[in-house]
Parts: sequence; C-alpha cells; structure tokens
Amino acid sequence: MSEVIVVTSGKGGVGKTTVTANIGCGLAMMGHKVALIDADTGLRNLDVVLGLENRIVYDLTDVIAGNCRLRQALIKDKRYEGLHLLPTAQTKDKSAVQPEHMISLSEELRDLFDYVILDCPAGIEQGFKSAIAAAEKAIVVTTPEVAAIRDADRVIGLLESSGLNDPKVIINRMRTKMVDRGDMMSIEDILDILGIELLGVIPDDEQIIVGTNRGEPIVGNDESLSGKAFRNIVMRILGEPVPLLNLEPNQGFFLKLKKIIGFK
Amino acid sequence: MLDFITRLFSRESPGSKSIAKERLRLVLVHDRANVSPQLLQLLRADLIQVISNYMEIDEENLDVSLEKYEDQVALVANIPVKRMKRVASS
Repeated sequence: MSEVIVVTSGKGGVGKTTVTANIGCGLAMMGHKVALIDADTGLRNLDVVLGLENRIVYDLTDVIAGNCRLRQALIKDKRYEGLHLLPTAQTKDKSAVQPEHMISLSEELRDLFDYVILDCPAGIEQGFKSAIAAAEKAIVVTTPEVAAIRDADRVIGLLESSGLNDPKVIINRMRTKMVDRGDMMSIEDILDILGIELLGVIPDDEQIIVGTNRGEPIVGNDESLSGKAFRNIVMRILGEPVPLLNLEPNQGFFLKLKKIIGFK
Repeated sequence: MLDFITRLFSRESPGSKSIAKERLRLVLVHDRANVSPQLLQLLRADLIQVISNYMEIDEENLDVSLEKYEDQVALVANIPVKRMKRVASS
C-alpha cells in the first residue's frame, strides 16, 4: 500500500524542503522505496538540499511534456538505497504543472514506490493547488512564530476543504530556552491554536544548516538531536507511537560533559 | 525606587509569548470566519439603523467584534443606550 503525502506550510522559509528531504531519506533508511517530488516549479531547491543537483538531466516538466519517460527523470540517490528524486524545472513557471498532471504522475509513481512525497511551493495559489491535488495525506510545517502559524491555519482550512482531512503538523525551529522564559509559544500553545494532531517537533539546530551546506540531510546524523527528531517523525509516519523527544540540547551537552569529566 | 530597580532587572512577567498567542487568537477568529473589517463596518451600520428605530444609542461608543469563546466564535456587540424611545401604542 503506497502513500502520497504532501508537505506544505503556506508561509515560505519555515523548512518545508528540509523536512521533505529528511523524511524521504529517513524512510529510505528504514528500507522503503521513496520518491520525492519537487513541486516548487521555477524555484528548484530540493535537489541542492539532497546534494543531487549535479545529476539532473530531465525534470518534472519534461515528463509532463512527454520529452522523456518518468523513469529517465528520476534520480537515484547513491547513499540511500530506494530514495529517488523527481526534480522540477528551474526556468519554467508554476502554470507548467497542472493538478491533473500531478494526479496522473502520482498514480504512476504509486506503482513503483512505497511513499511519494511532494514538496509543495509556498503560497496558496496554482502551485499549491497542483501539489495537493494528488495527495491523500498532508503534513503542515510551521515554526513558533505568529506569521507562520497564521499561514499554517489558513492552509489547514484549504486542505480540509479540498478533502485532505486531518493534516498533521511538524513544528520546526523550536527553542526550548525561549519557551522556558515565556518568549516563545510552546508546543501545547501551537496545538491549541491550530487544533490538529502533532507529527513531531524539530529543535532549532545549527547542524541542520551544516547538513544542508553539505547536501547531507541531518536525519542520517546519529549524533544530532534534530537528526533524532526526524527519525522519530519517520517512525510515526510508519505507524510507531514514538514518544516526543526531550528537546533540551544543553542538558544533553552537560550530561555528556559530566560523563567525560567522570561525574557520572 | 527598589520596585523600579527590580522591575528594570526582572524579565517582563508575562513574556512576549502570551502577547503572540493573544494576537494570533484574534487574527485567526477573523481569518476563519472569513470576515473582513469592511464587512464588520457594514454590519455595524445596519445594526445602528435597526436599533435606532427603538432606542437612542451612543453610536460613538458602539463596539462590534468577533470574539472566541472556547471553540466557538461569538459576535459581541456592546451598544450603550442613551434613551428609550416612546413607542406609540397601536
């Protein structure tokens, strides 16, 4: 049984592409066949986050236009067995991809993969409508900021009115210290406002940027807290009820330090 | 003086999170109800017109807004009444 999942947010810059890349790699690490589709036509970036930018020959719009077969456009990741990317065009605009194209494409991919994950463009216009058309599940990415949460709320409304019921939320860039001093909305605050189920929380971690710099998604990094957070999200997608991660990196660091010094 | 110093050095007690949450709540009530400020203005004008048939109201201080209670949105109108009109008995 394969699943088509869209990763969306409304607001740009909250981490949709990073989340898509990490979930894709994480599912592949667990032995699943995964196709990641970059649906952000004109602003291609899932390829760079995954470190696959040098291997693009054909893209999504070539498949739609019939310039190549679907299999020719799929880039196979060499690090993660089973992970494939369908990049989009950098030069065309979003009108090149219509909802019906996405639907037929996803149907074709469904036969080849366990998970088809669509990285949705920011906004709620044409690109968004095309990206969500084929999906049966939705993940909404937000950060603990008013603008991101407001847009997430709007997107949840649009998803539900398009028949994508119960989307799940990923809260990205959470800073425990700021929450503790009352300067950042907590997980509970955000869930209370949005009224949807939580899929996971990602701490605001510099290592994510380091990973993106290298084109290596953090989910493959055993040392980092954010990598662990992504692996937990992957387990939840697979249906495992993993408890929420303790997001206190400093505590972990001090504990480690104590261990090194020999306090424990 | 001491009070001032402690206030200066202690964090503002409610934290900016509660401000964020409250602002978000209000803005979402409007977003979700799909009500624009213009629409509320129109509603306000209509309300004044209807109510003025029965009583004299303080239009300046009339307040119409959408508020959230638990999981419901309520239209709250605060309409100060200046004087009741004498309704001619029919």
